Amino acid sequence: MNQKQYILLIGLLGILFLGLWFKAKNNENATVKGNQIEKLPPEISFNFHVKPILSDKCFACHGPDGNKRKAGLRLDVEQDAKAELTENPGKYAIMPGSVENSELIHRIVSEDPSIMMPPPDSHLKLTSDEKEILRKWIDQGAKYERHWAFITPVLSSMPEISSRDWPLNEIDYFVLNKMEEIGLNPSNEASPEKLLRRLSLDLTGLPPTISEVKKFTTSETLNYDEIVDYYLSKPAYGEKMARDWMDVSRYADSHGYQDDSYRTMWPWRDWVIHAFNENMPFDQFLTWQLAGDLLPDTDKEKILATGFNRNHPITQEGGVIDEEYRSTYVSDRTNTLGKGILGLTFECAKCHDHKYDPFSQKDYFQVYAFFNNVNEKGLQMDAVQAKNRKYYADAPFISIEDEDLDGILSFIKKTDTTDLKVMVMNDSARRKAFVLARGNYDAPAEEVTASTPEAILEFPEEYPRNRLGLAKWLTDPNNPLTARVYVNRLWASLFGLGIVETIEDFGSQGALPSHPELLNWLSVEFMESGWDIKHILKIMVSSATYRQSSSSNPALKEIDPENIYLARGPRFRLNAEEIRDYVLSTSGLLNEQVGGPSVKPYQPPGLWEETNAGGNRGILTTYVEDSGDKLYRRSLYTFWKRTLPPPSMAIFDAPNRDLCEVRRQKTNTPLQALALQNDVQVLECAKVLSSQISEEDLPDEEAVRSLFQHVLLRQPSDEEMDLLVGYHQECVDKFDSNKEDAIKLLEVGNAEPGEEKQTETAALMMVAQVLYNLDETITKE
Amino acid sequence: MGEDKHINKDDFKVNRRHFFSKLSAGIGTLALGSLMIPDLFKKGSGGLSQSGYTLGLPHFAPKAKRIIYLFQAGAPSQLESLDYKPLLTERMGEDLPESIRGGQRLTGMTSNQERFPLVGSYTGFKQYGQNGTWVSDYFPHIGKIVDEICIVKSMHTEAINHDPAITFLQTGNQISGRPSMGSWFSYGLGSENQNLPSFVVLTSRGKGNSQGLYSKLWSSGFLDSRHQGVLLRSGKDPVLYLNDPEGVTREDKREMLDNISDLNNQHYNEVLDDEIQSRIAQYEMAYRMQMSVPEVMDLKQEPESIIKLYGAEALIPGTYAANALLARRLAENGVRFIQLYHQGWDQHGNLPKEMSGQAMDVDQASAALVLDLKQRGMLEDTLVIWGGEFGRTNYCQGRFSPENYGRDHHPRSFSIWMAGGGVKQGLSYGETDEFGYNIIKDPVHINDFHATLLHLFGIDHEQLTFKYQGRRFRLTDVAGNVVNDLLA
Repeated sequence: MNQKQYILLIGLLGILFLGLWFKAKNNENATVKGNQIEKLPPEISFNFHVKPILSDKCFACHGPDGNKRKAGLRLDVEQDAKAELTENPGKYAIMPGSVENSELIHRIVSEDPSIMMPPPDSHLKLTSDEKEILRKWIDQGAKYERHWAFITPVLSSMPEISSRDWPLNEIDYFVLNKMEEIGLNPSNEASPEKLLRRLSLDLTGLPPTISEVKKFTTSETLNYDEIVDYYLSKPAYGEKMARDWMDVSRYADSHGYQDDSYRTMWPWRDWVIHAFNENMPFDQFLTWQLAGDLLPDTDKEKILATGFNRNHPITQEGGVIDEEYRSTYVSDRTNTLGKGILGLTFECAKCHDHKYDPFSQKDYFQVYAFFNNVNEKGLQMDAVQAKNRKYYADAPFISIEDEDLDGILSFIKKTDTTDLKVMVMNDSARRKAFVLARGNYDAPAEEVTASTPEAILEFPEEYPRNRLGLAKWLTDPNNPLTARVYVNRLWASLFGLGIVETIEDFGSQGALPSHPELLNWLSVEFMESGWDIKHILKIMVSSATYRQSSSSNPALKEIDPENIYLARGPRFRLNAEEIRDYVLSTSGLLNEQVGGPSVKPYQPPGLWEETNAGGNRGILTTYVEDSGDKLYRRSLYTFWKRTLPPPSMAIFDAPNRDLCEVRRQKTNTPLQALALQNDVQVLECAKVLSSQISEEDLPDEEAVRSLFQHVLLRQPSDEEMDLLVGYHQECVDKFDSNKEDAIKLLEVGNAEPGEEKQTETAALMMVAQVLYNLDETITKE
Repeated sequence: MGEDKHINKDDFKVNRRHFFSKLSAGIGTLALGSLMIPDLFKKGSGGLSQSGYTLGLPHFAPKAKRIIYLFQAGAPSQLESLDYKPLLTERMGEDLPESIRGGQRLTGMTSNQERFPLVGSYTGFKQYGQNGTWVSDYFPHIGKIVDEICIVKSMHTEAINHDPAITFLQTGNQISGRPSMGSWFSYGLGSENQNLPSFVVLTSRGKGNSQGLYSKLWSSGFLDSRHQGVLLRSGKDPVLYLNDPEGVTREDKREMLDNISDLNNQHYNEVLDDEIQSRIAQYEMAYRMQMSVPEVMDLKQEPESIIKLYGAEALIPGTYAANALLARRLAENGVRFIQLYHQGWDQHGNLPKEMSGQAMDVDQASAALVLDLKQRGMLEDTLVIWGGEFGRTNYCQGRFSPENYGRDHHPRSFSIWMAGGGVKQGLSYGETDEFGYNIIKDPVHINDFHATLLHLFGIDHEQLTFKYQGRRFRLTDVAGNVVNDLLA
């Protein structure tokens, strides 16, 4: 599709969206909802109305998968869909403009089980609205369009809006335009305290400090621009960005699988922090990780970056079949490229052609071929052998010597003189690649050469057919996905929902963008800025859209409960790491050291010991807690054992890191309530903060107020003060009459309780516990 | 009322909205709703009508309401337990004929072996029950209940190593990432109680060679993490973070929660986010769990006759016997899926000694559980399953001796037993050849096994789906047939 057609398409879509709920959510109501049919615009859009229905209800048997195709009918390709039916000569599934002569319509309205579509045994049903859409679409000529996400994004012009005072930058034009169509108004700007807290959490993963709050919210000349720059330049920015990338890259400190021994990939993690803090352009960031070893000017840093593709689990189970696991690792890299970078479910095409997207099984193994030449083994050594090594890496690896630390690897915080090796990629074992029948390692079929799916972007002739060529293809300005997927992910990290809600799937079964033109604009801006991550983040957080208050109101809640149209600011629970970091930071316990080997903070005793293989195998059989300020490092440094991830993280929806993950759930469970109430770390922080405040000898009310400000980083309301002061008095009375309880309570955690003022500290600690357990505390709003 | 007063009156409205907005995501929202506001369905007028239950589930009348899965991790040998093969003793030391092996792939542990000498069971077998069913002398108590149970000798799997095999059995896929069986049941059927999780995991360890366990085995995968298995541990903190800190009494905690709720409610009025109401409800559930978990775990409440039935080890926390008894108590309290793991069944060598020890751990208590459920009238709707992740080879691994030998992994055939919950009593199903190597009659694949379990709960395995990344996932993936012959 050329640019002209594209602009036409966008224009067309703009009209079509009018007043329409097109937001296809990742559920069964994939298309237009019940009573909204009368709001269907005069003209039906293939991409936004028809395709979600065909994909979800028809493609499984009439889609890209050639082996499972029924009756020879293929509906995802226009030519085939409109051709004479091979098994029904003289008839047509789709006869453009003629509902009467379109077999498809007869089949979907039929109630005869022998001919109705979808057939009863599929357990799929079309709603009457969906049938109406298909009928109308055929009536209007049954036009097909290329899948929206495979069209290279181009800059769209600023849409028309009426409230011209509101926008602060381009984002706001797109957002307001949509709001006005639906009849929504933007919310007021959030209070300075709330906005600062939001900004700090979003850009650094940490709350602002008390002094930052004072400095930035009381100054008359509050310069938002400078505040944004201030947070973007903090080292904590790189840590926050790295934490998200650790889920994508399935980073862990252990090998996974049953014996789950130690590995030293942490220097790679430190490189990621470093790269984000240096604001390395995203195209370079990807290129180094995928193919740093193949760059003409390669060096140790670029090779270290390729550890990205060695982060997958590696087995140390004695007796496994080597090739079975090697093949699993290659698949893992292929799937990670799909989900983590391209936003596609490649893995669905491993055993058969993709059911919904235009990727054949051959396409899958052509991508697989890029990652198939690593000089590695499925089983390098078993856990017993691993235990007797002096280093913790399977070949290929690089050794990090002390002299490297003075040069380009100076960001690595090597703490001792042990042999430090990090697993990396190479291409030194050239292997033929084959389509593997049913995805099985021992069933090679047709031989393939490395390539990428044509449906996304044809692989340019001039690119080498290796990982470097793959990286060039990914970061080619014509690649329709890479930039879109990443800016969408950044957007989701700020707003809770992506513009495409299914940030992991931009394919046919994924959600449609709520603001397609905005997504295009952001993607193009991102690429044209030189893939400048800080630049694009700054635009996002500087928008009026971002700066709105997150409070809802009954009308808004009724119209847009999930805040898809962004008529208020985001409000959602912090993720696992942020919650722990928040508590550490606000209590003053946080150790801000950047990088280095992972640490072992408090964990309920016995967890590793109860599930290990008996104590004689592997090296991560017992959990030895760290001491001193190592306990209080940021959570991204917490030791990650795949078979038993840190429980306080798992409870708050952290993945186990066996596979690439890009979207965490945000659940709300009783176990979370227990963790916040009784985790030693939270209790200790409450104690330390209370102890500091009680030493200041403030009047009771002022002490409570100070506690509140420390935890929630805003002034309490009068009602809140009334309640907390009353509660504090009850606690003082309790501990006055029962000092033993105060002493016992203050024993929690390693930090020494003060000898003095035990009842005062204990009473404040109870109040602090209330505050740390508030919904607002663990929520970004 | 006490605790209930703290649930805001608007809860119902709030959660109803949440409910409907998610209904289409799958029937799991029922389970979700029931855990969020456990008494949602009990509020009578204004509550979601009972038709909520008819969102397609159950698909037909269920036989079973809950599962106790006695998983024997490491894979106990079928040849020393339930699949009696005298031919192996007759041909002791002879090579496994190539025609029988038929190209079966081998693990790296035996693929370099020059010979594959057949080895017969070291322990004897006896016939029990009305049908004269053979059970090995390692399992005399199981022998005695043989008329109550249903033995399947024709289980088979695809994986040949522990990690993928356990993962396959627990999640229907060899690769990590899918929800475990217990999570599927919790998702499909919800919770039957207000104070405990619907999916609980208990672990114990025998003295035999063992493999590690991993939390992914009870992970909810892409399902809501409310359906995650909750590990109940034997120590003083049975659920992680269950215990309040020292110096905080139950009354103090109540007072604290009231203040948290009040402040949360104040904030709710300002921002109108329903998540706040949900969080208030979760705190109440947590508070109830703090009472109910220690209570259910207090095995000292059991009379002596019951301890005698399960064996004296039942009073030692963390043993298999204690877990079996605890499983019954959890079942009584409405826990939907109770998963035990007993480690130590990986007998690559030293099999006679290790296996007799492992069997001692589990034989009496497993039989006791069946009898105990029966005497309480609970066996009818409680499905008990005993078995591992694959079978073991009929030939010796390592140095061969009739008295001391080992067996490697064998995916082609293995045995399990089930009881109650709508399966046929006293049945022996499926058959292997006289070498105990290949199945010659009625094979049951893992997918078939899963389909059958779901069927017992009134669920059509093809219809219990969850849409994730654009695809409707099932416990049985794309295969599986209900084994009708197993149904009572």
